[in-house]
Amino acid sequence: MTLPDLLNNLLFDYTVRTVALGAMVLGVVSGALGTFALLRKQSLLGDAVSHAALPGVVIAFLLTRSKASIVLILGAAIAGWLATIWMMNIVKHTRVKEDNALGLVLSVFFGFGLMLLTFTQRLPDSRQAGLDSFLFGQAATLLTRDVLTMAALGGISLLLIGVFWKEFKLLSFDREFAASLGFPISFLDILLTTLLVIAIVIGLQAVGVVLMSAMVVAPAAAARQWTDRLGVMLFLSSFFGALAGLIGALISSLGSGLSTGPVVVLSISVIVLVSLFFAPNRGLFWRWVRQRRNRRKLRIGSVLSNLYTLGSQHGDPKHAHSIEVLRAMNYGRGGVQRSLLTLEERGHVVREDEHKWALTESGLEEARKITQQSPQSE
Amino acid sequence: MTSSQIEIQLIAIITAAACALPGVILVLRRMAMMSDAISHTVLLGIVIGFFLVGDLNSPILIFGAAAIGVLTVSLVALLERTRLVKEDAAIGLVFPALFSIAVILISRYAGDVHLDTDAVLVGELAFAPFDRLIVFGRDIGPRGLYVMLGILLFNTLFITIFYKELKITTFDAGLAAALGFAPTLMHYALMSLVSLTVVGAFDIVGSILVVALIVTPPAAAYLLTDDLGRMFVLSVLIGALSALSGYWLAYGLDASIAGSIATMTGVIFVLVFLFAPDKGLVSSARRRTRQKWEFAQTMLAIHLFNHENTPAASEESRFAHLREHLRWEDAFANQVVKRAENAKLIQRNNGALELTDHGRQHAQITLTN
Amino acid sequence: MNQNPPNTIEVTDLTVAYKDKPVLWDVDLEVPEGILMAIVGPNGAGKTTLIKAILGLIEPAAGQVLIQGAPYKEQRRLVGYVPQRGSVDWDFPTTVIDVVKMGRYGSLGWIRRPGKKEQQKAMEALEKVGMSDFAERQISQLSGGQQQRVFLARALVQEASIYFMDEPFQGVDAVTERAIVTLLQDLRASGKTVVCVHHDLTTVPEYFDWVMLLNVRRIASGPVEEVFTDENLRLAYGGRVGFLRERRAAQ
Repeated sequence: MTLPDLLNNLLFDYTVRTVALGAMVLGVVSGALGTFALLRKQSLLGDAVSHAALPGVVIAFLLTRSKASIVLILGAAIAGWLATIWMMNIVKHTRVKEDNALGLVLSVFFGFGLMLLTFTQRLPDSRQAGLDSFLFGQAATLLTRDVLTMAALGGISLLLIGVFWKEFKLLSFDREFAASLGFPISFLDILLTTLLVIAIVIGLQAVGVVLMSAMVVAPAAAARQWTDRLGVMLFLSSFFGALAGLIGALISSLGSGLSTGPVVVLSISVIVLVSLFFAPNRGLFWRWVRQRRNRRKLRIGSVLSNLYTLGSQHGDPKHAHSIEVLRAMNYGRGGVQRSLLTLEERGHVVREDEHKWALTESGLEEARKITQQSPQSE
Repeated sequence: MTSSQIEIQLIAIITAAACALPGVILVLRRMAMMSDAISHTVLLGIVIGFFLVGDLNSPILIFGAAAIGVLTVSLVALLERTRLVKEDAAIGLVFPALFSIAVILISRYAGDVHLDTDAVLVGELAFAPFDRLIVFGRDIGPRGLYVMLGILLFNTLFITIFYKELKITTFDAGLAAALGFAPTLMHYALMSLVSLTVVGAFDIVGSILVVALIVTPPAAAYLLTDDLGRMFVLSVLIGALSALSGYWLAYGLDASIAGSIATMTGVIFVLVFLFAPDKGLVSSARRRTRQKWEFAQTMLAIHLFNHENTPAASEESRFAHLREHLRWEDAFANQVVKRAENAKLIQRNNGALELTDHGRQHAQITLTN
Repeated sequence: MNQNPPNTIEVTDLTVAYKDKPVLWDVDLEVPEGILMAIVGPNGAGKTTLIKAILGLIEPAAGQVLIQGAPYKEQRRLVGYVPQRGSVDWDFPTTVIDVVKMGRYGSLGWIRRPGKKEQQKAMEALEKVGMSDFAERQISQLSGGQQQRVFLARALVQEASIYFMDEPFQGVDAVTERAIVTLLQDLRASGKTVVCVHHDLTTVPEYFDWVMLLNVRRIASGPVEEVFTDENLRLAYGGRVGFLRERRAAQ
């Protein structure tokens, strides 16, 4: 399939369009809330909440017999919220630490949800079909109505972030200072966590419980690498989330057997990898390049100062010395030949014959500078 | 009970015990979420193993999956070491990616074999008795029973042999390294153990139940005892109890066995959380009320002690003053004074409160330690 | 200073407990206006707890705190706070000027964003701590001393009359330490009151004019020359201060 076909699908194929829109909405919202989760070291809360939402979904369905998104999302949100509160209480009142409390709440709630799920499967009609799409996500079952629900809830969350921007920022950076200024931090804490729960549950139907956790962590982790500003980070994170949603929806529309959730997660994972390696300043690749350049600079400097030292021992600073001597002095470092060639290019040394090198006037000056900067560079 | 009912319960109990053992160490190391991550990524190992040998029952699959478990841990460590993301985020990045790859591989290339993502998460213990182990043409029982028994034995052996090493690397990794106990090696050995347990258990009980059995019984045991040996025993017992009660809950409700067992681990944890003799919510609430009074009496004694022989002494020892300075309600202050009098900490002297010798001693002792 | 200077901070019978364990027993403290005060005491003496309890960050079990005659909640605007530098994640994606502006959030109140006025005040504060060249820097690129200066600047823009600082000299270089001392003295000169949790006994007489010795209860508090005695130090630290005093004498 060619690019125009893809665009054609995106614009005119109802399913593809709906799925793409849904995935993008969830990417934007979870990207935004994930930014705060990442900075507050709550990355794994997403995993716990998404699993813990299951019993809420099932109970909401059992009570209403409705599969409308708004009903199921509400159920999921309540369960996810209860799980979070319970988790915080375990940490507060016992010596069980956060990580363990997360794992505990996650698995127990999810197990309970599975138990309840068996009840729905026994219902005489087949209306429960599709309920387990909440487990693994079935973006293809999304309807325009669902996407609108997601967008409405997500929009409200984003709006609240905008309204309380200053407070959330202060809370995430320095809680105690926020408290000393008189901001009610437990209220802000609960508000921000509730928004995170909403961001997670609106994505469940599209990508499922397992993969939703990635949509909380990954866009924010990628965005963090590119910027040192919270606002820019939040914007980038939402953008990456939406981009992954769009790419995932398009790729999964190409082939059979490619469900949207995993493809979205792989897309965002690729974005994370690229960011980790190539983001300016923080990127691992640039770090490596910087290290290499530094080492090279050190090597060249060392060859220069060696020539200078040898020269001053000789009484003639511009005396030529053989490369073998220099190699011996730089034992274990290597690259002497290459350093000399670089220096020759810069006009700091000249080749007297095949193996002998001498400092030029500018090289002499350069070497003096180096030896003055670090009297004992070795 | 039919023989398959007994078999299911046996498998459930053995699985619970096998999970609880490494679970204790994981909980003490605050690494519960790593077991969650591994329980998802082993799927990739199983898929790759299946592509290599083409047989879902091959033992190679178990090792492939265990290898992916260790790979998960290494990738998380690697990511963390770049210092570009923190540990929790590193876990949250690695396992969904690996899990996604597995899901895509399965749906693209293994759609027609019995390898179904639902079964991985959900598991179905009810089917375990149908998968028999046939040796020399004789049916010697369900395969799952032997797999889990093997893993239980292996875990028990490992923990018994390396008990001392596990203990020291868990409580003081720095000291352990200084003593030459190689904490990193123990870490990876433990993670291999967890991976192995998860793989063995996943198609029998489902990966989420594995997490529930690894984390919840040890967390409950952690609230019941301070002794590592006892914590192992209690964890196994709680796990087994959850397995049994979960099975009968599922039987009564005609619901998923794995889900019911996970639910029961949660129920037992809540009971322990509320009623544990020393660390439970109820007993600490009760202790706090008792301490509130003791505390208030001590506070009164110290207050009087601090102002004894100062110019303000007569002012500070007035009853009305307690309300004003200590911010005590009248009724409360009355109670405290009465209790302190009964405890012979203070006495009244012309409307002023005075320390007794005993009270002075009490204040001094409290302040000096 | 006149005979009975008005007490700007008045703490009476403050008792604080963490869970079941008491950390401060029945502490009284009066701080007159316009002084530079150090709170000293051994580790675990409750120094940080005392500050946090005064600021209402910890609920006390008993006792009361008055700031210029009224409870802290009503006097928040009068108080500035410098928490321990290590209490925040310096890898947080934000800039120096942004952190300083946070000091204005209290007077901005809910929802309103910092504007031109806040920008200007933040720049002035950075000027005072010698960090104006770093305004747009990311905070993770700062040294320990620079981080501490940023925190001080954030407190300065609070335009408070009483400052509480938790170990402002912790882990800073000698140049920064001098700069901070000068800054504190300037604050005092303009009539502000500064209370610092302090660790280094040897510098107490040089930097501060008032001191409180604390070890779970108040050992003593008052002017340095009256209160900072061998006997009080021994009471606060047990027998362990001998060498500290000798070193001080040698200097």
